[in-house]
Amino acid sequence: MTTARIALMVNGEKISAEVPARLNLADFVRDQLGLTGTHVGCEHGVCGACTMRVNGEIIRSCLTLAVQADGCAVETIEGLSDSGEIADLQAAFRERNALQCGYCTPGMLITAQDLLLKHADPERTEIREHLSGNYCRCTGYHAIVDAVERTAKARQRRP
Amino acid sequence: MKAPAFSYMRAESVEHALELLSRHGDAAKILSGGQSLLPALNLRLAAPAILIDIGRLDELRGIDLRDNVVTIGALTRHVDLLASEEILSSLPLLRQAAAHVAHPAIRNRGTIGGNLAHADPASEFPACMLALDARMVIRREDGERRVDARDFFRGIYETALEPCELLVAIEIPRPQSGSRTYFHEFVRRSGDYAMTGLAALAHLDGAQFADLRLSYFAIGDRPYLARATSHLVGVAITGERIAEAQAALDAELDPPDDQQASAAMRRHFARLLLSRCVANVLERPELAMEAVT
Amino acid sequence: MSRSDQTEGLTALDRPNSYIGQSVPRPNLDRLLQGRGQYVSDLVLPRMVHVAFVRSPRAHARIAAIDTEAAKAMPGVVAVVTGRELAAVVTPWVGVLAHLKGLKSAPQHAMAIDRVCWQGEAVVAVLASSRALAEDAVEAVEVSYEELPAVTDMRSALDPATPVIHPDLGDNLAFERNHDAGAVDAAFAEADEVVEAEFVFGRHTGVTLEPRAVVADWNVGERRLTIYQGTQAPHMVQNIAAKHLDLAEQQVRVVCKDVGGSFGIKVHIYADEMATYGLAKLLRRPVKFVADRVESFNTDIHARDHICKGRIAVNRNGSIKAFEIDDLTGIGPYSMYPRTSAIEANQVVNLVGGQYTTPNYRARARVVFQNKNVTCQYRAVGHPIACSVTEGLVDLAARRIGMDPVQIRRLNLIGDDAYPCASPTGLRFEALSHHASLQKLLQMMDYEALRAEQARLRRRGIHRGIGLASFIEVTNPGAAFYGVGGARISSQDGVTVRLDAAGSVTCYTSITEQGQGSEAITAQIVASGLGVSIDRVRVVLGDTDATPYGGGTWASRAAGIGGEAALQSAKTLRGNILQVAAAILQARPADLDISDNAVVDPSSGERKIELSELARIVFFRPDTLPPGLQPEMVATRHFVPRQYGFAFTNGIQASWLEVDTATGFISLLDHWVVEDCGTVINPQLVDEQVRGGVVQGLGAALFEHCIYDERGQLTNANMADYLVPMAAEMPDIAVGHVVTPTKESELGAKGAGEAGTAGAAAAVANAVNDALSPFGVTITEIPLTPRVILSALGRA
Repeated sequence: MTTARIALMVNGEKISAEVPARLNLADFVRDQLGLTGTHVGCEHGVCGACTMRVNGEIIRSCLTLAVQADGCAVETIEGLSDSGEIADLQAAFRERNALQCGYCTPGMLITAQDLLLKHADPERTEIREHLSGNYCRCTGYHAIVDAVERTAKARQRRP
Repeated sequence: MKAPAFSYMRAESVEHALELLSRHGDAAKILSGGQSLLPALNLRLAAPAILIDIGRLDELRGIDLRDNVVTIGALTRHVDLLASEEILSSLPLLRQAAAHVAHPAIRNRGTIGGNLAHADPASEFPACMLALDARMVIRREDGERRVDARDFFRGIYETALEPCELLVAIEIPRPQSGSRTYFHEFVRRSGDYAMTGLAALAHLDGAQFADLRLSYFAIGDRPYLARATSHLVGVAITGERIAEAQAALDAELDPPDDQQASAAMRRHFARLLLSRCVANVLERPELAMEAVT
Repeated sequence: MSRSDQTEGLTALDRPNSYIGQSVPRPNLDRLLQGRGQYVSDLVLPRMVHVAFVRSPRAHARIAAIDTEAAKAMPGVVAVVTGRELAAVVTPWVGVLAHLKGLKSAPQHAMAIDRVCWQGEAVVAVLASSRALAEDAVEAVEVSYEELPAVTDMRSALDPATPVIHPDLGDNLAFERNHDAGAVDAAFAEADEVVEAEFVFGRHTGVTLEPRAVVADWNVGERRLTIYQGTQAPHMVQNIAAKHLDLAEQQVRVVCKDVGGSFGIKVHIYADEMATYGLAKLLRRPVKFVADRVESFNTDIHARDHICKGRIAVNRNGSIKAFEIDDLTGIGPYSMYPRTSAIEANQVVNLVGGQYTTPNYRARARVVFQNKNVTCQYRAVGHPIACSVTEGLVDLAARRIGMDPVQIRRLNLIGDDAYPCASPTGLRFEALSHHASLQKLLQMMDYEALRAEQARLRRRGIHRGIGLASFIEVTNPGAAFYGVGGARISSQDGVTVRLDAAGSVTCYTSITEQGQGSEAITAQIVASGLGVSIDRVRVVLGDTDATPYGGGTWASRAAGIGGEAALQSAKTLRGNILQVAAAILQARPADLDISDNAVVDPSSGERKIELSELARIVFFRPDTLPPGLQPEMVATRHFVPRQYGFAFTNGIQASWLEVDTATGFISLLDHWVVEDCGTVINPQLVDEQVRGGVVQGLGAALFEHCIYDERGQLTNANMADYLVPMAAEMPDIAVGHVVTPTKESELGAKGAGEAGTAGAAAAVANAVNDALSPFGVTITEIPLTPRVILSALGRA
């Protein structure tokens, strides 16, 4: 079959769609669902701009076919924003100007949140390592590391 | 940069996958985690007519220790290896290696079977399999066979797998207690493919090596088990012994010259890795001298 | 936070409640943080088709035949268009400028017609209902090529035996400039020491994370072309598109919303973009072109690729007596349009030695054609080369005479009290701060302690190095950059400020935003100049139908030029408002001011009338105003510096790194920058511009390299093989400032966007050589790969 019918949850919403087999998940959410917050930077799995969460784990959506996400729970930057899950991280990015053009930012935020969920108090080198597959051409990374570090510390202070 | 059109078939069982493979042969490619296949498709470096998705076959997932053999299902992901207590206690080399494979988002989808079947000579896991003397469990419609790691890797992206066959598991003898491992790779950036790397397994007899398996990667068209270790086994280790082994290693290697590294650099790195490995395993830092040039 | 920002004394405008000098968060961040940006690659229009190009696999070949029949029959395909067919709607161009005397180039078409001149040049356009279907049909287009010899080595490009790429031009020399100032021969003859070296700069590129993207929409009913494009210069695109599509400028509208990175990559007119405009006109429907990553590597302008021989004359007392350089660069088969590909070499000639006092300077630069992708202006154009050559030579000279690198700079940098003055190439410096910057840098890095640590570690076989790189930077360019050469690229910018009926302010600026913070600084300046809170100010940019005419954001010009226009327009509107307020309040305008969204008595601070109330009266009850008073709640002002051709800035960087001499790997441990961009409008934005710029320079220093083979094939056109700097290998970067405002504007701001890139590679190279000094080797080549280091050490 060169097309397939898939049913999945995207940002908590039930989606059913007919997709070409070759369509990757990034192009699916962007072109068929209009969720353009997931960005496409390299289409060969190196830049990290298309990072999203599938079943709670971060993945490269350019290296995942839409048909592979059949039955899965997909979360994009739009969903993570609307749920408020990363509001503090977004605020830290804003305060620290940890983004310039903003193109890497959705992938960067989702990857950073993945780290913070696993590791409450990462060292700067650990932050850099976890983000080492996410390319940012604008910031030089320093501000991003600051913002992630500040968010970690703020979350630790939370009761 | 969009993948060419292909047909997609989701295998419902291993038998179903084998049946599809047998029916479509060369026209089909197995889709496992897709972390090597999808870049190739997006770049249009591969154009299979059919993808057979085995990603839902839970029977191919998991890590199991029985009779001193660790069996790893082909769909076990890199992240599973990193998280597994069994791997940590039985096969720490795999955990060390997994941490160097790409980045977290890739490790969440990449599978051990997909990695080994892809047989990238710069990849970490094939070399680990060689160091650990692993056996590949391969199934086809009419049966199952086992191939030793040393016979499995045949060249750049080439393995012993026939078009109708599926790598379903890897069996790795649990190294005897007290064995030591060493893993290091030279990479320009974290998560990159190695310029040269080493996965090593050693058994000690007092202060000497009872056995030493140095498995190099990114050194040729497939992982390479150095013969030069014969200079180091069963003898008192000194700088001279290491120099001998390095010279022997140099003589047996024929590394490629490419954009990632020159042949001379690879030889240099290989020598360096030998001495650093020996020093590390024996906990004798003074032996980690620079390789002779 | 690892380091404190060093930002004391930054406020230049002292109006009450001024936002200038404050680190105000950018107003446009929230939508970007939530994935609600609007990039061109996100845009979908009704009836839109996607274009994919058949691109030449060869560096130089004659096109023997093109067969598009099979492609035309493919599913989803709307049209297949050859270069010859497209030439009916897009005229060719020649990328030259009159002030670059002797610069020549050949006519370039939107797509190749008879001949391809680099691997990646577009040959045939395939338009289909999706990009995937277009790519499928691209594979079905048959093009027969007759391969021609490719010119790939710039060193032999001018040899008589080398084929001439464009026979009509006579040779492969695009441009040559010679400059001779002072008494160079005598200085070299008389100096105690002469040190020379050949510096090699690899070709690299910008790698914007969002690739180049265009949607061109020809509305045949309106006879109007709307171009949605991620560009730094909308009015330039408007002009060029109109010119080559045979349209009047008012028939072209350029809209630029969010842009996923630019860095100079998106300030040019690319042939495939011009083709996209033409295809929209040909097909009478919207056409979308988004370069994929491989296309980006093959066709986004490349930069650098220089071989520069340098000599320095120095006396044993540390006095630098002369510089001499001979620079060679290969620019690809055409000079890029419309800014040309001779600017980088020209800048190298302009800038070498410019921070030092010696008047003796000789330079030659030659720019040659090659069958590789075109090069053009990328962030810090020419500066990294000039800085690396100058600072590399200064360090070599210091080592030759046994002097500390700091000391030789103290002795030779132009004195902070010497301004105004001019460089040997005639660059005029209004006021720079080399010595204050050096002093501040040394404090920040604790130079003496680092030297002690270096010596201590060296005894243990650990090789760390310190590298300094002082630099000058061209910012706020006036017409001297492009206008005088005949290019219709505006050097002035304009800002319109409007008080709306609810008392809020809408501001239209001709500068553009690609993440630098143009929106933020415009809002800060307008809010400050007008006296309103920043949340009342909305900034509109990136639309030639809406904004005043202007240059855009490039060459470190937006804040200094567009910022001053914003300030003056806000002040003018303030005057207009106070005139109305005075009438309402029966006071004199001079006795009133605006502060915190109200007209106030400046001496007491008493709020006389809220702006919202004033606006209500003006817009809805003008009948209550005195007769004869016509309120003008809109003001527009333009600005361009006129006294100086450029506002030079200066700065200095330092790198602290470790070289693993066994493996050739370099670990960047620390990096410091002190720069002087005059008035700092938003300290945080300036610091982040500097940091981002530094890392682009570090990428060039260690990783980035477009590697061509001898047949002109780019061998690493993907992100796995072309190495960009990633988070794990980059250091934290400390930024400090010295503030010397320009007097050319009331705002006093100079540019800051390229300072980081200008000096980072030079600092790293000097640090590597410092680390390797016990080995007696000097490396003057970037990127500094393990292969380069090991080769220098004789280890591989």
